[in-house]
Amino acid sequence: MKTQDVRVLVMRVGGTNCDAETQRAFTELGAQAQVLHFNEVIKNHSILDYNALVFPGGFSYGDYVRAGAIWATGTLTKLRKDLKEFVEQERPILGICNGFQVLVEAGLLPAFNGISEYPKATLATNIPIGYRCKWVYLKHENSGNCIFTKNIPKNKVMHIPVAHGEGRFLFAKENEKRYLQKLYDNDQLVFRYCTKDGDYPNGEFPVNPNGAFHDIAGICNPQGTVFGLMPHPERAFYGWQLPDWAKTEQAPTFGDGKLVFESMIDYLKKRF
Amino acid sequence: MYRAKIEVSLKQGHSDPEGEMTAQSLKELKFSAKKVNVSKVYIVVFEAESKQKAEEAVEGMCRKLLANPTKDNYSYVIEEEK
Repeated sequence: MKTQDVRVLVMRVGGTNCDAETQRAFTELGAQAQVLHFNEVIKNHSILDYNALVFPGGFSYGDYVRAGAIWATGTLTKLRKDLKEFVEQERPILGICNGFQVLVEAGLLPAFNGISEYPKATLATNIPIGYRCKWVYLKHENSGNCIFTKNIPKNKVMHIPVAHGEGRFLFAKENEKRYLQKLYDNDQLVFRYCTKDGDYPNGEFPVNPNGAFHDIAGICNPQGTVFGLMPHPERAFYGWQLPDWAKTEQAPTFGDGKLVFESMIDYLKKRF
Repeated sequence: MYRAKIEVSLKQGHSDPEGEMTAQSLKELKFSAKKVNVSKVYIVVFEAESKQKAEEAVEGMCRKLLANPTKDNYSYVIEEEK
């Protein structure tokens, strides 16, 4: 498959607000990316007509019930069969911020034994409480399983912003140790919050911006083809989006976020 | 017709930042608020063939949408709606 043949579907619903930036990241790299409302997809399209699917950031359905819960329910109710096929064919699914919340609520992540009937994790209210919009550092933890970060060297520290009120990744207390071990065993851990030098904060604010368990910022499924993260790579795509670009003599053309989109396209080019 | 009052609250041991912030604010108003736990209440009016079917339906609502078993407990009271 050539880059220009890659077809990405960026879905949106009421409350989604990061669809345009996400679409632009893919088109900048030469792929085709279409933004469609979820209802339009159900009515007139099939997700199987696309090579990759993205649940972008925002506040789908006003974050009612829990962030991502309503969209997850709608997705499972109306797209279960196609979604299962999409995952089984190892086509990539990306969830950014609210999209990550949707994937977790829908049981598509961590999906230790396939799509789970009930959520096995949650993204709870931030500690300290509050909506947090700031640049954070992330350490790349994956050893090559996640197709969205294949182009990123292990242990690379990346600079990407977060913007959320419910991003505290958690497992049920009684499952914490067991599930964390599974993340490591299956190479599902992708990003952890860290300092500029790559040190882990062990839950301490502000380096860990939300109190996430084990400083987890992003995980993938055991196949590495479904990936969710709280930070926004589409907001760190261009050099001019970086917080300090005006102070530098020559701003970089691209930011760290580009690597995520690039890795996904490279995977599709090689695999299909 | 049945009316269910469903309460979804955090499991014991889970942090409740919203409750902690509310307690702090109540203290600033000079109330003795040693601890605050926040929960959500849903009132659902629905049709079911029997009380047993109504209970099954409410269980489904909680499991499939209203509660995330990772962090939430739920309880409910079901009454016949007159």
